[in-house]
Amino acid sequence: MTADGVFIELGGARFTPTPEGALWWPQKEALIVSDLHFEKGSSFAARGVFLPPYDTRTTLKRLGRVVATFKPKRVISLGDAFHDGGAEARIDERDAETLERLVASVRWTWVLGNHDPAPPKRFAGEAVAAERIGRLTFRHEPAAGPAEGEIAGHLHPCARVRTESRVQRRRCFATDGARLVMPAFGAYAGGLNLLDEAFACILQKPVAWVMGRARVYPIAPALLVADPPAAARLAI
Amino acid sequence: MDAQTARTGLPRKFEDWFAGRGWRPRRHQLDCLAAARAGRSHLLIAPTGGGKTLAGFLPSLIELAEQGGGRGLHTLYVSPLKALAVDIARNVAAPVAEMGLQATLETRTGDTPASRRQRQKFNPPDILLTTPEQVALLLANRKAAELFRGLKCVIVDELHSMIAVKRGHLLALGLARLRRLAPGLRVTGLSATAPDAQPLLDFLVPMNAGADPPLLIRAPGGTRPVVQVLHSETDIPWAGHTARHAYAEVYEAIRRSKMTLVFVNTRSQAERVFQALWRMNDDNLAIALHHGSLDVERRRKVEAAMTKGTLRAVVCTSTLDLGIDWGDVDLVIQMGAPKGSSRLTQRIGRANHRMDEPSSALLVPGNRFEVLECLAAKEAIENGALDGEPPREGALDVLAQHILGMACAEPFEADDLYKEVTSAAPYAALSREAFDETLNFVETGGYALKNYDRFRRIVKSPDGRRRVRNPVVAQQYRMNVGTIVEAPAFNVRIVSGARPLRAGRKLGTVEEWFIEGLTPGDTFLFAGEVWRFEGVAGTDAFVSRAPDASPQVPSWNGGKFPLTTYLADRVRHMIHEERDWPALPGALRDWLETQRAVSRIPKPDELLIETFPYSNRYFLVCYPFDGRLAHQTLGMLLTRRLERLGLQPLGFTPTEYSLSVWGRRDMSGVDLDDLFAEDMLGDDLENWLSESMLMKRTFRNCAVIAGLIERRYPGQEKTGRQISFSADLIYDVLREHEPQHVLMKAAWSDAAGGYLDLKRLSGLLARVKGRLVHARLDRVSPLAVPVMLEINKETIHGEAQEAMLQDAADALIEEAMGDGGRRVY
Repeated sequence: MTADGVFIELGGARFTPTPEGALWWPQKEALIVSDLHFEKGSSFAARGVFLPPYDTRTTLKRLGRVVATFKPKRVISLGDAFHDGGAEARIDERDAETLERLVASVRWTWVLGNHDPAPPKRFAGEAVAAERIGRLTFRHEPAAGPAEGEIAGHLHPCARVRTESRVQRRRCFATDGARLVMPAFGAYAGGLNLLDEAFACILQKPVAWVMGRARVYPIAPALLVADPPAAARLAI
Repeated sequence: MDAQTARTGLPRKFEDWFAGRGWRPRRHQLDCLAAARAGRSHLLIAPTGGGKTLAGFLPSLIELAEQGGGRGLHTLYVSPLKALAVDIARNVAAPVAEMGLQATLETRTGDTPASRRQRQKFNPPDILLTTPEQVALLLANRKAAELFRGLKCVIVDELHSMIAVKRGHLLALGLARLRRLAPGLRVTGLSATAPDAQPLLDFLVPMNAGADPPLLIRAPGGTRPVVQVLHSETDIPWAGHTARHAYAEVYEAIRRSKMTLVFVNTRSQAERVFQALWRMNDDNLAIALHHGSLDVERRRKVEAAMTKGTLRAVVCTSTLDLGIDWGDVDLVIQMGAPKGSSRLTQRIGRANHRMDEPSSALLVPGNRFEVLECLAAKEAIENGALDGEPPREGALDVLAQHILGMACAEPFEADDLYKEVTSAAPYAALSREAFDETLNFVETGGYALKNYDRFRRIVKSPDGRRRVRNPVVAQQYRMNVGTIVEAPAFNVRIVSGARPLRAGRKLGTVEEWFIEGLTPGDTFLFAGEVWRFEGVAGTDAFVSRAPDASPQVPSWNGGKFPLTTYLADRVRHMIHEERDWPALPGALRDWLETQRAVSRIPKPDELLIETFPYSNRYFLVCYPFDGRLAHQTLGMLLTRRLERLGLQPLGFTPTEYSLSVWGRRDMSGVDLDDLFAEDMLGDDLENWLSESMLMKRTFRNCAVIAGLIERRYPGQEKTGRQISFSADLIYDVLREHEPQHVLMKAAWSDAAGGYLDLKRLSGLLARVKGRLVHARLDRVSPLAVPVMLEINKETIHGEAQEAMLQDAADALIEEAMGDGGRRVY
């Protein structure tokens, strides 16, 4: 049990989900984050959509805060850390330096994702397709079929929770006790509703660990509701 | 000139035409002609039925008759409504045909076929009737200079409806460009009765050049309308706006009249009134329904029937507010509160489009406060007192859109464009700094962290002039033009065939949030019938007929207007003035007297605050009478403070007259002077805005208009699984790193001016400072009943929300831990 009285148990290990969207593994002093999507904002500029280019900075600031809090020995980034192959070229110098310092401060593992299939050139750390530690497997995209002890990202889970008076939509960790899907950490990363069929084939009745302001709330499947249809989405 | 008759100055042909119809040109029509002959821009203020349209077009028709047409675009007519442009084209075509004038006349709207729109650019008619968006599109065309070079006249119809909105800003910028392309251009404004003509006059001429001031021409006001407030035989309801209690009397009034327009304030209300009237329609009167959610086809059918005179009544919303002449209306009924005397005047003007007969109107209040409001409105109309929205400073998001359009048209110098833009009245006070910031935003995003330089949308030529980078950007501009950002909407379709759902006939559209709140099986009213909601596919909501069911779901709102300061003030005084109570209907008198006995009646300039428990919640209700928007802002700020005090407020309900806040803890012990202190407009406001949904919605609209986010059109939505990326995320990031960015400024200014009504709120707080009176009650007071029954509630994001999540989490933990320590994953 953590101070909040809750923890996630998976493959015999215990994890603490943080309200920023990182997963803390006290036993190994490891911090896991997923889908940072650095430079997603600037990726739209080529077609004349000038989104505020500060998403990397916001993401880094939040990441730096979590690292400072937990002082991990190692960090595992579960893929899609860089939004595309050009991200390293577009990143602002100041942000690049911040990231370099952060990567240098711990043992850093880049699990490769579909957005960033090649290891970063400028930044240190080890790049792997997947990482196995004991009974646990860390990879970007959840494997098809049952996968006991898998921790993955890729799907950006998000929960719409029906509470007393209204529906709230927040990012979440999703787990059924056998496998866990991490929320996206990046400032511009969107979310996919946990009730979407993409989750149905990999998680059995998952609990949503919903990111609140200062803590994470485990929410039962019965309280989750689907998204309204796609009309509300923007074209970006 | 020899063909002109001495008396009127009209050419013989025109004189004969008037005479042939048994008409004589009216004074103001001749005044407009004289102004036009002198090359002066002018504003005509005339009530509906005052021959306004003809007055506007007469000078152009005469010029074309004298000089011959076919020399390019002569007159551009701009209307806020597509339908109005089409209707006016029909009206003007009549004299052209009857006099055999050689003048061509065409409309251009979003519905005009692309081939004709294309042809109009090269081979324009003499007179083009169109909308502000189409003007913007034409001006952004590379042929714009050629097309408008010979333009003599622009007629802006319903000008009063444009000055306080972004469409008006877009049009003002367009006019500034037109004046540059066609020197000597004269602009004619047509307006319904307006309280203050100056903002309208300013619209017509350049602000920074020594141009001749425009002339103001007023048509005589006609006879004062006969207004009655329905004092229902039955008891007056406590809350709601449906005026359900009076349906029988409304039906009776329709039966006694030839043709009645029944105005209501929301679409859902239109549905309910329409259905109720049909249920009691034993005489089988032809009663129709008209509102903005109905399919265009259906609306056109109703309009055609009105024109033919085959209808006895139409239940409608603001869709019929503006000046289209539909037929011989002899009675206007306003269901529910009129909200403002200018709007009511306009609606009443729909009756009897002949200036020599008084219009006849019946006001039907929906609840007790609305009785007061209707009485106040009647008094205002009888005194000819009008209220109106002041013009708003030109919006920066609209300017951004315009700048890109201008870069599409032809290369420009920044200095020249700045001068041109500030010649438009809404932008007269625009600083060079704000202009440069906006220009910079259009070019590269304008972020302090500049890394979009190599993707510039506007590039500089060696001569320093700016032009659009490539045709792709121009295409983006064309897709994005306009200032109306529609809330995402669903098509309502009848199901044909069971599973899978198959699309049948389209009934109309409803806003997304309404559909979001439905579960299959729910029944609701739409297009005058009860429907069962079956499900959603893509952007279609499927329904099936449920004629025997009663609608369960309170229907969607939409088209709400806030109460004007003017009427609110009058209502406040009617309550305060006890000596006027005897003139009120009995039920109201009883209501106020009971209030005096169990709580109190606030004196003028006092703010009454009541606290009481009700149904496991604690309430705080206050009565500022300052309109829904100001109350809504006050509600948001009060709940923030209450939250900080640990009182866990859950939500609030603003009405036009009062505000209630409720929560989990008793609020009667709070220091009220502190709670209502004026400094809430400082940090509290700033902090609240940072996370408010309203600010995010506002930002989204600005971002779309300014071209930061692309518009999405129906049919373009991706289907199936998709990761959504909302404007909220962009807002959060931009606010963190560059809160002074031009788009943040645009959103803030929209919020402060429109949605928050800060001016009224700060007036309220100053007025009641030191004049708060607290009534600690053990139950609901009579005055509080209306707000307690109101369903339009706002919930707040705060600790109470977190507490609810915690409750949901606790339930799970309890279940898990109760089961022999089973793991919680």
